[in-house]
Amino acid sequence: MSTLPAHAVIAPVLIPLLTGILLVLLRGSATPLRRTISMLGVQALLGASFWLLLQVQSGEVLVYQLGNWPAPFGIVLVADRLAAGMVMLTAVLALFAMMHAIQGSDRRGRQYHALFQFQLLGLNGAFLTGDLFNLFVFFEILLIASYGLLLHGVGAARSRAGLHYVIINLVGSSLFLFAVGTLYGLLGTLNMADLSVRVAALGTADVGLVRAAALLLFLVFALKAALAPLHLWLPGAYSAAGPASAAIFAIMTKVGAYAILRIETLIFGTESGPLEGLIEPWLLVLGLVTIALGTIGVLASRRLAVLISHLVVISAGTILTAFGIGGSAALSAGLYYTFQSTLVAAALFMLTENVARTRGSYADELRAGPMLPAANVLGGLFLVLALAVAGLPPLSGFVGKVLILESSLGTVSAPWVISIVLITSLFTVMALARAGSTLFFKTDTHAGEATLPNAAYLVPVSALALISLLFVIYAQPIYSFAAAATEQILQPEAYIETVLSAKPLPRAGDH
Amino acid sequence: MEGLIAAIIGLLTACGIYLVLRARTFPVVMGLTLLSYAVNLFLFVMGRLNIGVPAIIEPDRAQYADPLPQALVLTAIVIGFGMTAFVVVLALRARADLGNDHVDGKDP
Repeated sequence: MSTLPAHAVIAPVLIPLLTGILLVLLRGSATPLRRTISMLGVQALLGASFWLLLQVQSGEVLVYQLGNWPAPFGIVLVADRLAAGMVMLTAVLALFAMMHAIQGSDRRGRQYHALFQFQLLGLNGAFLTGDLFNLFVFFEILLIASYGLLLHGVGAARSRAGLHYVIINLVGSSLFLFAVGTLYGLLGTLNMADLSVRVAALGTADVGLVRAAALLLFLVFALKAALAPLHLWLPGAYSAAGPASAAIFAIMTKVGAYAILRIETLIFGTESGPLEGLIEPWLLVLGLVTIALGTIGVLASRRLAVLISHLVVISAGTILTAFGIGGSAALSAGLYYTFQSTLVAAALFMLTENVARTRGSYADELRAGPMLPAANVLGGLFLVLALAVAGLPPLSGFVGKVLILESSLGTVSAPWVISIVLITSLFTVMALARAGSTLFFKTDTHAGEATLPNAAYLVPVSALALISLLFVIYAQPIYSFAAAATEQILQPEAYIETVLSAKPLPRAGDH
Repeated sequence: MEGLIAAIIGLLTACGIYLVLRARTFPVVMGLTLLSYAVNLFLFVMGRLNIGVPAIIEPDRAQYADPLPQALVLTAIVIGFGMTAFVVVLALRARADLGNDHVDGKDP
């Protein structure tokens, strides 16, 4: 039993894997059984993530050597505060997405639960891995699961959006492999900690090629993170996906942002000589452009799901702007914003499904429809979540945006950041107010009857709205965690040292 | 030899990019396949080109081929194969759902 805590790092990867395999084997069984197993898997994941978070809370970096091969020869999983925090976020999101899905949207296809678990496997693996090629593999796992979730249920719109999404991601995967191959050819390693050491010791002859490979890598992560001009796939894909799938997709753009942050601080950080700060200048400009383009999309949307997809683009832009400002305050603010915006976006996708169910054939189209019998409840939830996502007080988006704006003060970019973030927030509020009033106030007497929503359907959405409020009440501890995680990634020496000096565990027979 | 391989990878990539930008799903799938061939070759030669040297340590050998890119390229081939199969099925389904094989789902 004494070695059990050492396996905490791999538990968030193994639990969804095993649950997923079990669900594939039980694919013919009754729906309630599959729902129970899937839910238990998610709850076990939540427990395991919390356990991992407690272990890294002290600032310790945990290294797990797969097959007991030491780095840099073997593949390692590494958990620091940032990785554990993202795993925890995934688990919390998964719990509510699963609560929402088992209310009926999982019935449209038979493999929903298995795909959902494999999606979690890919996400957690991508957050925890310490190896660049392994990151590629986990990206592919989460992508192929997301293709399945996106196409879950049928429909022409879903096939079209799915085709675009799959093709652009396959091209992205090819570019990822080109970048990985170039880095391996030049530096002879793919372990991220070892790459960091070798980049720092790089001769001048190879700087250009390594820079090209690094920017190619950045391009791929920017595609995943939906950074302009590579964000155009997102609104089509997320709005065509079922809202229960879109809710879990809310964290997929954050995987891209996480990978950018990890590569930027670990491999191209302050120690990397001529390649230092390779990505930041791009991030800031492109982040702001993303926010602006996302806002135009929000204003132009005619369906609620499309509008929320554009809000996801804006939140990705805001996070990457914060990462682009650089410095510990901006990175901490960006992380706080990442945590809260993921949960709020997921809640909005779930609410969309509730609204669409109620309105019948009008679905989530932003035009006058039937009078909603529970407009005050649905509208009230929409109001709360809209306030949170637009960044108005008293909800979590406000705290996040204030922290980001505050961190930009004193930098050259401050006027740009502040003006673009504030102006786009105003437009977002206008678009959300217009959408809300169309959905909940404007009624068409010829539109027929709306059905009463089942109160139980609203539980996951309400719980997420409550969490947004908790993010304000407990802003201080959450922000301190983000600040501690930032401090840890900005000083990667401990990470590198721990990964490269970790010894294999002794075998059972050895003494 | 290096020049020839580099030219082949470049040609494959160029053809792949050209085909991916076509409007019909079949050329796009072909393009993705060519891109994955290019990337597999590229990964493979990142271990440098060696002829007749083993990838496994033997006591009387001084020179070795780098085994890691070979392992990487195996993984990449498997993943690329799976993804290609998936995109073929998806393209067929889109053809059935949308009534044509244009990537945007409607003939211009």
